[in-house]
Amino acid sequence: MEIPSLVLFFTLIGQLLFIGIAFGSVIGEEEFHEELVLRPLPDRKVMGHFHFESRAPPSNSFGRHHHLFPKAIAQLVKKFQVKEMELSFTQGRWNYEQWGSFDPIPSNNAKPPGVELWAVFNLPQEQVDASWKNLTHTLSGLFCASINFLESSTSYSAPEWSFPPASGSLRYGTLPREAVCTENLTPWLKLLPCRDKDGLSALMHRPSIYKGFYHSQRLRLTSIASNLEGLGPGIVLEQTLTVVLQPDNQKNMMYSSKPNLQPGWSMSSIFGRKVNGRCMLAKSSNVYLQFERGLVSELKNLEKENGKSGDENLALEGFLSNPYFELSIKPDRIFQEVNNFHIKGPSIIYEFQVDKYSESLPFDLGLTWKIPIGWTCQQAPLHACRFLMGSGNERGAIAISLKSIESIMSSLDANSLDGSCKLQVDIFQVVPWYIKVYYHTLGVFVDGKPHAVRDIVEKIHVSPSKDKESPGVMEMVLKLPCGVKSAALTIEFDKGFLHIDEYPPDANQGFDIPSAVISFPNFHSNLLFLGDGSLNKSPIISVFQKKSPVLSYTEVLLVPLTTPDFSMPYNVITITCTVFALYFGSLLNVLRRRVGEEERFLKSKAAKKTGPVSQLLSKILAKLRRKKWEPPSSPEAASSSSFINSKLVFKVILVAAIAVCWQYYSG
Amino acid sequence: MAETETDIPKMKPRPIVRLGLFLMSHSLLASIVCCSAGVLALLLLPVLAKNTYISENALMPGSANPMLSNQDIVQANKLAEDLSDLDFKSAETAGIQRRRLIAQYISNLGAEASYHKFHPPMNRFHPLHFFATPDSEMIEGSTNCSIYGVNMVGIIRAPRGDGKEAIVLVTPYNFGRSSQGETLSLSIAFSVFSLLTRVTWLAKDIIWLVADAQFGEYPPVAAWLRDYHTPAFGSFGTLGAEMCCKTYNIYELEQDSIEQRNLTDGLKRAGTMAAALVINVADKNEPFEDSLGMYVEASNGQMPNLDLINIVNYLAVHRQGLRVKVEKFWSLLGSKWLKILGEVFESLGEVAKSLNPQWKFGIPAADYVEGTATLVSSLYYQALGIPTGAHGAFRDFQVDAITLEISPRVSSTNKGRRNEFLLRGGRLIEGVIRSVNNLLEKFHQSFFLYLLTSPSKFVSVGVYMIPFALLVAPLPLVAASLYADGNSKNLSPQNGKSTSSTTVAADELGITFRSWKWLNAARKVFVVHVWGAIVSLLPYFISQIPDCSPEYRFGIWVIFSLLVLLILYFILGFQLPLAQVSRYEKGEWAILKSVTISAVFIGLCLMSVINFATAEIGALLMVPTCLLACPLKLDTEACNLKSVTRMVTNLVLVTLSFPPVAFFVLKGVVEGHDGSNVGDFWIWVESLWAWNSATYLYMGMVHLPCWVLCLHVLLHSC
Repeated sequence: MEIPSLVLFFTLIGQLLFIGIAFGSVIGEEEFHEELVLRPLPDRKVMGHFHFESRAPPSNSFGRHHHLFPKAIAQLVKKFQVKEMELSFTQGRWNYEQWGSFDPIPSNNAKPPGVELWAVFNLPQEQVDASWKNLTHTLSGLFCASINFLESSTSYSAPEWSFPPASGSLRYGTLPREAVCTENLTPWLKLLPCRDKDGLSALMHRPSIYKGFYHSQRLRLTSIASNLEGLGPGIVLEQTLTVVLQPDNQKNMMYSSKPNLQPGWSMSSIFGRKVNGRCMLAKSSNVYLQFERGLVSELKNLEKENGKSGDENLALEGFLSNPYFELSIKPDRIFQEVNNFHIKGPSIIYEFQVDKYSESLPFDLGLTWKIPIGWTCQQAPLHACRFLMGSGNERGAIAISLKSIESIMSSLDANSLDGSCKLQVDIFQVVPWYIKVYYHTLGVFVDGKPHAVRDIVEKIHVSPSKDKESPGVMEMVLKLPCGVKSAALTIEFDKGFLHIDEYPPDANQGFDIPSAVISFPNFHSNLLFLGDGSLNKSPIISVFQKKSPVLSYTEVLLVPLTTPDFSMPYNVITITCTVFALYFGSLLNVLRRRVGEEERFLKSKAAKKTGPVSQLLSKILAKLRRKKWEPPSSPEAASSSSFINSKLVFKVILVAAIAVCWQYYSG
Repeated sequence: MAETETDIPKMKPRPIVRLGLFLMSHSLLASIVCCSAGVLALLLLPVLAKNTYISENALMPGSANPMLSNQDIVQANKLAEDLSDLDFKSAETAGIQRRRLIAQYISNLGAEASYHKFHPPMNRFHPLHFFATPDSEMIEGSTNCSIYGVNMVGIIRAPRGDGKEAIVLVTPYNFGRSSQGETLSLSIAFSVFSLLTRVTWLAKDIIWLVADAQFGEYPPVAAWLRDYHTPAFGSFGTLGAEMCCKTYNIYELEQDSIEQRNLTDGLKRAGTMAAALVINVADKNEPFEDSLGMYVEASNGQMPNLDLINIVNYLAVHRQGLRVKVEKFWSLLGSKWLKILGEVFESLGEVAKSLNPQWKFGIPAADYVEGTATLVSSLYYQALGIPTGAHGAFRDFQVDAITLEISPRVSSTNKGRRNEFLLRGGRLIEGVIRSVNNLLEKFHQSFFLYLLTSPSKFVSVGVYMIPFALLVAPLPLVAASLYADGNSKNLSPQNGKSTSSTTVAADELGITFRSWKWLNAARKVFVVHVWGAIVSLLPYFISQIPDCSPEYRFGIWVIFSLLVLLILYFILGFQLPLAQVSRYEKGEWAILKSVTISAVFIGLCLMSVINFATAEIGALLMVPTCLLACPLKLDTEACNLKSVTRMVTNLVLVTLSFPPVAFFVLKGVVEGHDGSNVGDFWIWVESLWAWNSATYLYMGMVHLPCWVLCLHVLLHSC
């Protein structure tokens, strides 16, 4: 393992030197940062958030090669004129209630299950669709996933203003059913300069990161147009992997005497590996341990109860040696959030620099709790939940219910001077075409009372679905009163019918409605940190500081549609053929028949004498029937028909006898 | 054809028409053959039953070793002990404490716990709700705050699942005073639930519903399902219930307990339901071994997918060694004639086997008797249209569900024995859940329409349709032949009398009346059907009368029905519009019978689509009565052996097919005659409409009018 990485390292260094000598016109340097944020979660789990950032500054000097930046991505950006793009692969669901939804990591990294892709193109409107289609195919090949299914116009949509405003050049698509596994991770890791051989990414031991409760890998790239003439665009590639894992000793703790005692963990216990130093190509390589606001305020309460003064400084320094928890490694720096709005305590981040550690002295951060502690994570102002209503295969309704989280709403109430305070909620929902949504049935309930739509919905944009062409898109801006306890939106739909070849292989499972996106533009999930300029160098901290609205995804819904019995085509073919045969048979019969001719034919036939054999047979038959045999005195149709009948009966008996013999002797 | 002695032979009609004419002319023979063949085929069904097999390969039952260990059982026992320790004087406080305790246990496992409040539904007759989907309006108006129940719901979110689907476990539990069986079923469910919080293979969410069984098993489950699927946002319903329950102090949470904070009062949801299991532990003990009873029939004869029954049966028999049984009519087991019939079939099977060893259709006589008893019970419960347990509520939302009633062997007081019982039951549930969890699609592979003849044998729709088809086949034939006869009977005397003398105009008028005469009969039939509809609506008004014994109500119902019949008879009724028609009255009863038979045929065919078992039993009762019906006056006039036999049979059949008589005869056969009174029928009918059974509609709109028409034919004065 070491030798290939060393070889790789030397070749890369060699390249770097060579290129550096050969072309002197580099404006900025390509950079790579690796970071890991660890955060204890209230339900005895631990969140790990890997953040890798590669930057390629605007330059014309690279030609077709880069020092650090993955070439595949650069080519993709160049070819499809991607301005901004985000691709995420997620397994499991982010538990918004337990793990929080009011800070940058959930807002940016909690994604719906399966694949989500959106991209903004730097192209004229009419070329966007073509470029999107090509992009999906390229990404599909790049990441070993069926992203190419997003090519079909029924599966992607063009939101107008729910996502970062892009004036029609944004495309959005999700594949809720995509199974995410290690075959998607490997190509993603290939984009990193050290892959998973060295540095923080070496922690990604597949069995442990896929054993967790949530797994989301994300790739986001932003191209920066340079204002200088003749330069290609600069690209920022942000790769994150968010996992929620459970420390192993949880099972033993479950029924212990102290049920609230949080489990202690170390990086080696949760990932099964240690960090043997940084990736040599990385400019910075840091591990952060973040204590959330809820946890910090809980710790401060404990501090107060113990009689010590809840001083700010104490919060910073005193936590290093304290009766509550113990860190196995002394942090290099501590950041504290500047808290001016939230009632809970400030969030605290401990920084550990990995540079100092090597193979002989691996980095293995551990956290042990000494006392039981419990806290709650900060949540978005309203908890969104989406579900289906109704039963049966004909119609149903989608309901989005929003429930207020007490603490935030009360703080909002305090801020608002009068009753005019409004809480803005944006909802973006895509519905596949076979779910025929009736937008006029939109019903709004606030605190259990029905309201007129125009009172609550400030702005709405609907593009109805077209059968087999495009999905239905609904974007809404709701203005709810601040003291709202619960709100609900319902919208009815009819279930459509699909053509037989449009059913997926596992049609009987039902069909997915992708997650709706609920965002709260009034609330920003950024964390502001005190500190000097050196702080801003760390990409993750700058992500934390960036102002972005609180965002959450709802559940994926499963709609059972009418599904044919797939052996039915056979039955249909059989029945259709029978009907056709009957129809054409009788039609031909009618066309062919001439009544007069037939009568004449019957007459001439009756004139003929019947043969001796038939006479004999009919005699025998008459004897069998115990009737007096009458010779066919009058030429009638009846006798001829009886003759035919006797012949037929004879034949049938013969065949039956043969069949019985066959059955008896062969069986 | 032979009598037309003309030069030109007559054109033969099309073969299919000829066949029809042939059958019509031999309708008596055809109907006898068909009916007896139908009854015979019905009796043959247990012989024709096939062994069940697991149709969906993805289920893979029993392919994994059970993971439920003694540690889970110990936990479950701890819960049971804690629950029994909470023995308060008042049932209400005990209920609150017990709910809190269960919630505590659920959240300690890392699952989500929530409460669900509901009002028990009022027993009311909704004439228009027979085929309507269950909606939230059903509970509106029931604003009585003092009566409500609280269910406990625990949800495990599958760690790596996408949360689109869920499996439901239901244990009815009376929080106030629980019986031992309920505690055992709670223990089983809890042990499985605690195991499932730890397993890695979970793909679907698990919902555990501890249904508040103080109002019975069905209403809490139905209320929860209704709130799950059709919540009321605006009007009454859940919100109204919350207003009521403010005094209720289950939400006074202790601030020091973190788990309690996660507990919410709102209804939590988890995706589309894939399957549901209702677990019951019987209070009565089995003498020899642990056994498992399966209850499957849902409303209107709907059944869960056969695969669900198969996996339960497979796991119970081959993995846990439980004796599996389904409901059967015990009284049939001892009947002599069934045994003789079984022996006949057995010997026939042996003869066939000696002819060809591959023909294996004989089954032992004992098996036949048992199969028949099970088949009859299966047919009866499907026909009744009343769910046989809490699983019935799920079927209304297209969720396959089944009730498992596990009965322990005697001496369950022994602790080691009890643990073994819990382990067995828990492993069975675990295995079933694991199988359903394996399933990517919903249940669709196997049969939905079947009758069980034993836990491992079934009769599929393709086979059990044959007896019904044979039974109803003669109806259109006889109707057509009667119609033809009725027309020609009038035609021939007229032809004989007036070959040339009568006026052309009168003849034309006669022809017109003849060809439209069936309309008169049809009008009669229609009026009687309207009467049937009115009769079936009457209980709605009668049930509004307060303080009334069932006998009294039944009496009122009968009197009003007769009154309405008389009114209709005199107003709309049976007096003829034109005097001239009286000429053709001779064949009138035949035409009336023909139209009646057509109505029966249409009614039975419609009912066979809605609830096949009802149609089957209805056909057994109604078809012979209709076919044989003939005016008693004719029989008394003829006075030979044939007509006397016909008269007696007619009287017996008409008596038997009158619904109350049929009910009491069946009740007498099944339960013995002691203690049955007239009120029982009213109670039975009340239960039918309370459960929205289509059988009730069938009885009111098809069976009763046709019975009245048959009676009318019998008493016809021709």
